[in-house]
Amino acid sequence: MHPFTQARGIVVPIDRANVDTDAIIPKQYLKSIRRSGFGPNLFDDWRYLDPGDPSMDHGKRRGNPDFALNQERYRAASILLARENFGCGSSREHAVWALVDYGVRVVIAPSFADIFLNNTVNNGLLAVVLDAALIERLFAEVRQTPGYALTVDLEAQLITTPTGEIPFALEEHRRHRLLNGLDDIDMTLLHTGAIQQYEQSRKLSAPWLF
Amino acid sequence: MTKTLYDKLWDAHVVRVNEDGSNLVYVDRHLVHEVTSPQAFEGLRLAGRQPWRRETVLAVPDHNVPTIDRHLPVADPASRLQLQTLDDNCAHFGLTQFKLHDIRQGVVHVIGPEQGAILPGMTVVCGDSHTSTHGAFAALAFGVGSSEVEQVLATQCLVMRKSRSMRIAVEGRLGSGVAAKDLILAVIARIGAAGGAGQVIEFAGEAIRELSMEGRMTVCNMAIEAGARSGLIAVDDKTIAYVQNRPFAPKGALMEQAIAAWRELHSDLGARFDNAVELDAAQIEPQASWGTSPDTAVPVTASVPDPEQEENPVKAESMRAALRYMGLAAGTPIQEIGLDKVFIGSCTNGRIEDLRAAAAIVRGRKVAATISQALVVPGSGLVKQQAEAEGLHRVFREAGFEWRDPGCSMCLAMNADRLAPGERCASTSNRNFEGRQGQGGRTHLVSPATAAAAAIAGRFVDVRQWL
Ligand code: SF4
Repeated sequence: MHPFTQARGIVVPIDRANVDTDAIIPKQYLKSIRRSGFGPNLFDDWRYLDPGDPSMDHGKRRGNPDFALNQERYRAASILLARENFGCGSSREHAVWALVDYGVRVVIAPSFADIFLNNTVNNGLLAVVLDAALIERLFAEVRQTPGYALTVDLEAQLITTPTGEIPFALEEHRRHRLLNGLDDIDMTLLHTGAIQQYEQSRKLSAPWLF
Repeated sequence: MTKTLYDKLWDAHVVRVNEDGSNLVYVDRHLVHEVTSPQAFEGLRLAGRQPWRRETVLAVPDHNVPTIDRHLPVADPASRLQLQTLDDNCAHFGLTQFKLHDIRQGVVHVIGPEQGAILPGMTVVCGDSHTSTHGAFAALAFGVGSSEVEQVLATQCLVMRKSRSMRIAVEGRLGSGVAAKDLILAVIARIGAAGGAGQVIEFAGEAIRELSMEGRMTVCNMAIEAGARSGLIAVDDKTIAYVQNRPFAPKGALMEQAIAAWRELHSDLGARFDNAVELDAAQIEPQASWGTSPDTAVPVTASVPDPEQEENPVKAESMRAALRYMGLAAGTPIQEIGLDKVFIGSCTNGRIEDLRAAAAIVRGRKVAATISQALVVPGSGLVKQQAEAEGLHRVFREAGFEWRDPGCSMCLAMNADRLAPGERCASTSNRNFEGRQGQGGRTHLVSPATAAAAAIAGRFVDVRQWL
């Protein structure tokens, strides 16, 4: 996994609460047994006017001009501005794979669903929580300013907007892993002894589990 | 020190506290299905790793399986490859799988408890958000992404932070004709789709104690629709009676020892929760959702709410978007909403009691002419077998329902069972997101009895008047 230190990019507003993982990547694309290639189908039902299936050439489908990702000013966006409970619903990591594959590096929202949040960390995608009033302000600024871009610095935990700076907080274990591009499995396997010890004592206290 | 049930389960599974404040948490049971596991197994192979404890894994194909013509090869090549990949991975790594033609095959959250593979006090994970179902057994159960599936396969552990705790007490008794599904829909409507975010919810109170184990599974199943990490219910006699004598459950003296330990799996008197909510069961009516989020359920006797009455502008806007998508006008009585399809099944309501409740309504009646398809999809092969032994399949078929083979089916519409754009469905599943049951499809979440009555009437009705 690539370390995440800093990102700068155009911001695209996704102005809806409870954006669920079915909306981020519809189920017909979950038949893939790979981790890549989901980008063209990010927000598929909202992004295209014709219904999609995996066999199509998505470049030839009719885009929905009302959907932000299709609008010229947001085309190059790599930062998603979203509403509360982003990523709710299913556990499908495909939702995060689709965002990353599309080129999204940061999602900013007032809150995220728990499983989605874990999935972001495992794929080097930064999810930033800001309080609702700040999010409201960002939505207004993005709409008023074509080409609106932000710099997100994970080391300093600071967002630089065209008008100022916004500090943000992130749980230390998430921040540490993102900054270093660390893999949970490697980290966990450093503690093989502790796991085996746990199993030994658990075998005594709850033998029916073994 | 007094502990909540969640504290007890958590403390029993912490392997170590990491330097950054996260915890290494041990996993006792790992359920696996075909859609979220291929990438995890691929990762394992690429790293040259073996599963840490293969006997903790139970795999089953469910999301993407056909529910008809099972004797034929799976028609869709992508689905076929995904099913084949699960077979190959289970064979390669030596994992237990109930294959497509095994009588024990079914929706992953139905077959786990059915086999006694879910025991009180366990930690349970699956690459599926509705893993919360298993909290009905006082097991700490939660959904994970594919990277975490790989992590659990490789290390038997997850890196986690402890969540906050919430107690939802439903006191008093549910009225007749009001089901576990109505209870949980009412709870979610009350606390919102993110009301449980970052929290583990313990369901308590008389109405929860009165539920059967299957009803409790329905409740915990949908804890995730309130955004919760897990749902939990304390162990009582019903829990133990349910588990006893199932194939994977301990036997003899080991079972006696286990039962003694399981009796401790409840929150201590006076244990502190971060949040508490109380509901009066007697006030809960049969529910139906009108919008595109599971927190939009209202009593079937009510009307579609009006966004213009909503003070929060963001909420009002999402209500307007939901009404547009659902093709509904504010103020429409729920009972005047006509339907095109009916789906009875899923890990929420695909168990034998659900099918009995639906069949009791359907018996001797006919599906309305305006309903183009009414599906009953049992949650597992064993549920199907039991239902057939009771003659329920005949009740459904004679009324005009289709009687299918087990799987997720129209709950998420990965296979051929789905809604066409604009079609409206009464569904016993758990999600009414846009496109969930097929692109452009409109889902109303209801209980099995309400879905059955809706199939007969062609619109929503108050099932209490049909009893
Ligand atoms: S029945 Fe529906 S909710 Fe349950 S596991 Fe299958 S797809 Fe998920």
